[in-house]
Amino acid sequence: MNTRFSLYGFLLLLSISSCSTSENTDEIFAATPLDLEIPQLFQDRILPPITSPTNPQSVEGVALGRKLFFDPILSGNGTQACASCHNPQNAFSDEQRFSVGIDGSIGTRNSMPLHNLAWNYNQKFFWDGRAVTLEEQIFAPVTNPIEMNNTWPNAVASLQSQSTYPELFRDAFGTTTIDSVLVSKAIAQFLRTLISANSRFDRHLMGENILTPQELNGIEVFMNESKGDCFHCHGNPFNPLWTDNTFHNNGLDETFADLGLGNVTGDPRDNGRFKAPSLRNLAYTAPYMHDGRFATLDEVINHYSEGLVFSETIDPLMKTVAQGGVHISESDKADLKAFLLSLSDESFINNSNFQDPN
Amino acid sequence: MKTLFFLLLATPLFISCNNDNSDTLNSVNINFKFSQNWDGVQVTNADFNNTIYVNEMGRELNISRMRYLLSRFTLTNQNGDVFSTNQFNLVDMANNATLTFNSDLIVPEGTYTLSFIYGFNQEDNIDGAYPILNSASWNWPESLGGGYHFMQYEGSYDVNTEPKPYNLHNGTARVSEGVFEQNFVTITLTNPLVITTGNEIEIKMDIAEWFKNPDLWDLDLYNVTLMPNYAAQKLMQRNTSGVFSATIN
Ligand code: HEC
Ligand code: HEC
Repeated sequence: MNTRFSLYGFLLLLSISSCSTSENTDEIFAATPLDLEIPQLFQDRILPPITSPTNPQSVEGVALGRKLFFDPILSGNGTQACASCHNPQNAFSDEQRFSVGIDGSIGTRNSMPLHNLAWNYNQKFFWDGRAVTLEEQIFAPVTNPIEMNNTWPNAVASLQSQSTYPELFRDAFGTTTIDSVLVSKAIAQFLRTLISANSRFDRHLMGENILTPQELNGIEVFMNESKGDCFHCHGNPFNPLWTDNTFHNNGLDETFADLGLGNVTGDPRDNGRFKAPSLRNLAYTAPYMHDGRFATLDEVINHYSEGLVFSETIDPLMKTVAQGGVHISESDKADLKAFLLSLSDESFINNSNFQDPN
Repeated sequence: MKTLFFLLLATPLFISCNNDNSDTLNSVNINFKFSQNWDGVQVTNADFNNTIYVNEMGRELNISRMRYLLSRFTLTNQNGDVFSTNQFNLVDMANNATLTFNSDLIVPEGTYTLSFIYGFNQEDNIDGAYPILNSASWNWPESLGGGYHFMQYEGSYDVNTEPKPYNLHNGTARVSEGVFEQNFVTITLTNPLVITTGNEIEIKMDIAEWFKNPDLWDLDLYNVTLMPNYAAQKLMQRNTSGVFSATIN
C-alpha cells in the first residue's frame, strides 16, 4: 500500500513537473495555430502537403502575409505589389506575356499562377526550379531589378515606419522588429492557403455527375497514349494536381533563348527543360508557356498535335516528334480543350479570403 | 517500492525475450539496396542522357529515365519457412533516396532464397489505391486495365545517327477493348543468401537484359506507344527472365 502510494506519488510528481514547464509560458508569445484545410479529394488521393517546420501556419501570420501580398509598399517606388503580377482573377498570374517591373522594364518569363504550392513535393519553384522553398522564393521578386526593384533594408524600413505593420508582426511572430525573414515567412503562410480543388472536374471526381460528353471524351484523349498522351507529365484523375512537379523539354524550340533548368544546374543536359505547370485554372492564366508564347489553348493544343520540334534534350515522352506531334482530330482537339477548361475553379479565384484586404 | 519498480521495468524485457523464441539466432531487419547495370557495368543517374550503350541488336542508345516497382519481398529458408512482407518500393533512379528500402521484414539469421513481384499482383494492383504512387503519377490508365505502371524506362536510340525516342512502359496488358491480362511476374531467385546482422540484400537490374532474354527486342518494331500494345507488353513480361539478381552485402 505504502509502496504503491509512493510510486503514484512519483508519477504524479513527474506529470506535475512537466505541466509546470509548459504552463510557465505566460510571457512566451503564441500566435493562433491554423492548419491547412486539406480538400477531401487530395486527402483521398495524394500525399499530405509540405509545410515548413520553422514557419508554422497561424491565423495572424496568414492575415499579415495576405496584407503584404497586396501592398505595393514592398516595391522600390511604392507602385507594385506581388498581386500586380499575381492577380486573384487570373488564378494569381497575370495577362501579360512578360511581366512588367516597376520602372517599365520587361522580364523574359510569363508570370506563374499560385495554387496548391504546398503540394509541390519537390519544393522547386519558378519555371526553372531555382528556389528550393517557398520562403526562399519570396526573397527574389522584392529585389529583382526587373520586378519590384527594391532593397530589403529599404522595404523593411518602410514597413517599420508604418503605423500598423509593427503590431501585426508582433501578433504573428511576437516581435515588432521587422526583418526580411519574417516578411517572407508571412507571405509564404498566405501562399500555402491558396488551395484550389473545386473545379467541375474535381466535383466529377467526388461523384457529381456533371461533365458533358465532350469533357468526358476530352479526358479520354488526355489519358490515351495513342491520342493526346498528356498524362505522363500533367497528372491524371488520381493525381489531381495536374502536374508531375518536374522538368521537361516539351519540344517548343530547336535552340533555346532561355536555358531554363540548364541555367540553374549548369548541366547542358538540362537546357530547355522547364517546370511542367499544373493544368488547373487555365481559363484564367493565358498566355501560356514559360515565355507566354501561346495566347490561346488552341495554340497550345496545336503545338502538341503538329508543332513539336526536335532538340537534343527533348523528352523521350515527346514520342511523336518525328511526325511533328500526336496528330489528333479537330473534334478530339475541341474535346481536349473542353476537358482542360473543366479544371478551372471559379470558387478559387473568387474566394473572399484571397482578395485584397487593404 | 524498489521491488515493484524493478518488476515494472523488467517485465517488458522478459516479454520481448520470450517473443524471440530462438536463443542463439539474432533477428535481422531486412534492408534492401537497388542497383542497376548494363551487362555488369554499373549504371547511375550520372549516365542519363550521357553514356551510350549498345543493345543486343547493335543499336546505340542512351537512358534518360528508369523507374520500376517491386513488391511482396519474400525470404524462404532451407526448412521452407516463409517470411514475407506486403510492402512495395518504387525505385526511381533519378532519386537516390529510393535506391534503399528499409523493409518491415524481420528474419532469424540463416540462409535464404529471395523472391518478389515485379510490379503488383492482381490483388495489390488496385486503381488509385496508394497516395504515394498517385503523387508520383505512377498510374496506369483505366482504359488499359488501370492500377499502376510496373516500369517506365525511357531514352533515345540511334543516338549517333538519327536519335529517336523509346519508352518501355509496362503494366497490365490489354488483349482487346475491355479485356485485360495480368502481366506481373513473380521473380524467384535461387542463389542462397546468407543473412547475418548488419548486411543488406542488393537487388540488381541488368538493363541490357530487357533487349535480349529470351526474346530479341527490335527497336524498329517496338519503340514508343507500347502501353496499349499487347505483344510489346508480353515481350517485356517474358524478358524479365534475366533482368534481376540478388546478392548479400
Ligand atoms: C513584375 C511581376 C512580378 C511581381 C511583382 C512578383 N512576381 Fe512572382 N513571379 C513573376 C514571374 C514572371 C514568375 C516566374 C519567374 C521565373 O520563373 O523566373 C513568378 C513566380 C513566382 C512564384 C513561383 C511559383 C511556382 O509555382 O514556382 C511565386 C511563389 C511568386 N512568384 C510569388 C511572388 C511574391 C510573393 C511576390 C511579392 C513579394 C511576387 N511573386 C512578385 C512575376 C512577378
Ligand atoms: C514531356 C512532358 C509533357 C507532356 C507529355 C505534355 N506536356 Fe504540357 N507542358 C510540359 C512542360 C514542360 C510545359 C512548360 C514548357 C515551357 O513553358 O517551356 C508544358 C506546358 C503546358 C501548358 C501551358 C500551361 C501554362 O500554364 O502555361 C499546357 C496548357 C499544356 N502543357 C498542356 C498539355 C497537353 C494538353 C498535353 C497533351 C496533348 C501535354 N501538355 C503534354 C510538359 C509536357
